[in-house]
Amino acid sequence: MGDVLTPDVSGQAAPSETRHKSVIFDDVKLAFDEKRVLDGVSFELLRGETKILLGAAGAGKSTILKLTLGLVKPDSGRIFVLGHEVSAMPESDLFDVRRDIGMVFQESALFDSLTVRENVAYRLLEEKDIPEEQVEERVREALRFVELEHTLDLFPSELSGGMRRRVAIARAIVSRPEILLYDSPTGGLDPVTSTTIIELLLKQRDVYHTSAFMVTHRLQDAFVMATHCFDKATGQMRRIEPGENVDVKTSFVILRDGRVIFDGNAQELVSSRDKYIREYID
Amino acid sequence: MEIVSPTDLAKEKVLAVQEYSLLSWRSLRNIFSQPRYIADTLQQADLIGVGSLPIVVLTGFFTGAVLALQSSNTLQRFGSLSLTGQLVSLSMVRELGPVLTGLMVAGRNSSGMASELGSMKVTEQIDAMRALGTDPLKKLVTPRVIASTVMLFFLTVISDLVGLAGGWMVATVMLGLDTNQYWSTAWQALAAADVIMGATKPFFFGFVIATIGCYYGLSATGGTQGVGRATTQAVVAASVLVLILNFFITRFLMVWIPGF
Repeated sequence: MGDVLTPDVSGQAAPSETRHKSVIFDDVKLAFDEKRVLDGVSFELLRGETKILLGAAGAGKSTILKLTLGLVKPDSGRIFVLGHEVSAMPESDLFDVRRDIGMVFQESALFDSLTVRENVAYRLLEEKDIPEEQVEERVREALRFVELEHTLDLFPSELSGGMRRRVAIARAIVSRPEILLYDSPTGGLDPVTSTTIIELLLKQRDVYHTSAFMVTHRLQDAFVMATHCFDKATGQMRRIEPGENVDVKTSFVILRDGRVIFDGNAQELVSSRDKYIREYID
Repeated sequence: MEIVSPTDLAKEKVLAVQEYSLLSWRSLRNIFSQPRYIADTLQQADLIGVGSLPIVVLTGFFTGAVLALQSSNTLQRFGSLSLTGQLVSLSMVRELGPVLTGLMVAGRNSSGMASELGSMKVTEQIDAMRALGTDPLKKLVTPRVIASTVMLFFLTVISDLVGLAGGWMVATVMLGLDTNQYWSTAWQALAAADVIMGATKPFFFGFVIATIGCYYGLSATGGTQGVGRATTQAVVAASVLVLILNFFITRFLMVWIPGF
């Protein structure tokens, strides 16, 4: 329960240059009991960029998302989120930073005693100063984005796995956060539903230009993110043709044994000669 | 079975006490800070208070009845059967009302809190709540602590009254005592000190029941099996703590406050 009862520690003022980047990991180390999960991890997430975190199971990918949110504290190193040093902030101050971050959990983590409407509206209702009509409007807008407006009064148990994942996306985007964290958004879903989810992620990236971390085991999804863009005219994603000048703002980080062994774009990844990376992507 | 070193075991226990103390302290501190979840508190008061009413009424009634029945033999031997009301009222108000109500509520609600919060913990709903900018201690723990503490007081009062009614039923129907005699001895036996002692205990018991249930729920790990384990541990710990606390509160009031 230590994560819920994180001891209060004094926050420190973050350097001004950190405000121009969404997330900065600076030599972050973390161990759970005897097991070292992260061993000096450093990388940056730029504003509007989507960074795909790859690696074997247990490599520390989901932990990076929890560290970004301040749900877990590092043993050493510094983490900056939107200019705030979350690794040195007390739990009470972190709630304000978390309002600018949306997270889609691996198993959706919807509140099972609340309806879809209440789940999606949760953050807006907590803020209390938003009028009821505006909450309803924004909830419908978020659910329309994931094409689930008709499920407003259903409970999570009445939805399929893919629908739950889409509601989780709606819950994450309803407050229009600056950063989105996707933890295996397509894990355990059929190919058709996975494509729908990836299309939604592309739409969020290309239409709203939200910075994002995406953890995935499915390389195929990662490459779709790097090779496709969302076409506003057709309302669908499409492959970027060779020679077309479209900046997808998508990069990759590969973790191995708690260390970053690759940080670059799709082109660099494909042309990497590292044996482990070759095995991983082939 | 894995063998744990005594040092690790001791560290684990000390850490558990530290985390429980932190949770208890913060749940109290949250009462005085924003935001306050009044609707959640009222919902919990309904679940804990109204929901526990049937078992508390039944337990209280039959405890009062059996007290009258058991004591009748001894009292009759000394020709003091008329003191049945006094015996039932003192026993119920000072000890049995608060303790039995505490144990019933511990069994029913500590387990409920541990399993509900435990399920939320293992399905990442607690993390989701924190990610959405809500403090789970404010939203989930403090409403349960307030509701449990306040409602246990009222449940104890009801249990005392119903216990006296159970004693009255046995005294009049089975022992042939007069109704007026029963109630007047029951009433006259009670001093302010007895009522204060009986009314003080539920506040402590209610606090312990809620904080223990929430602590074990929020500590749950390892899927459904972990939730089951947390639920069992919560009931055992809450029940034992109610009994231990009862001794110390009684001792404290008897020694330190004149008239007890």
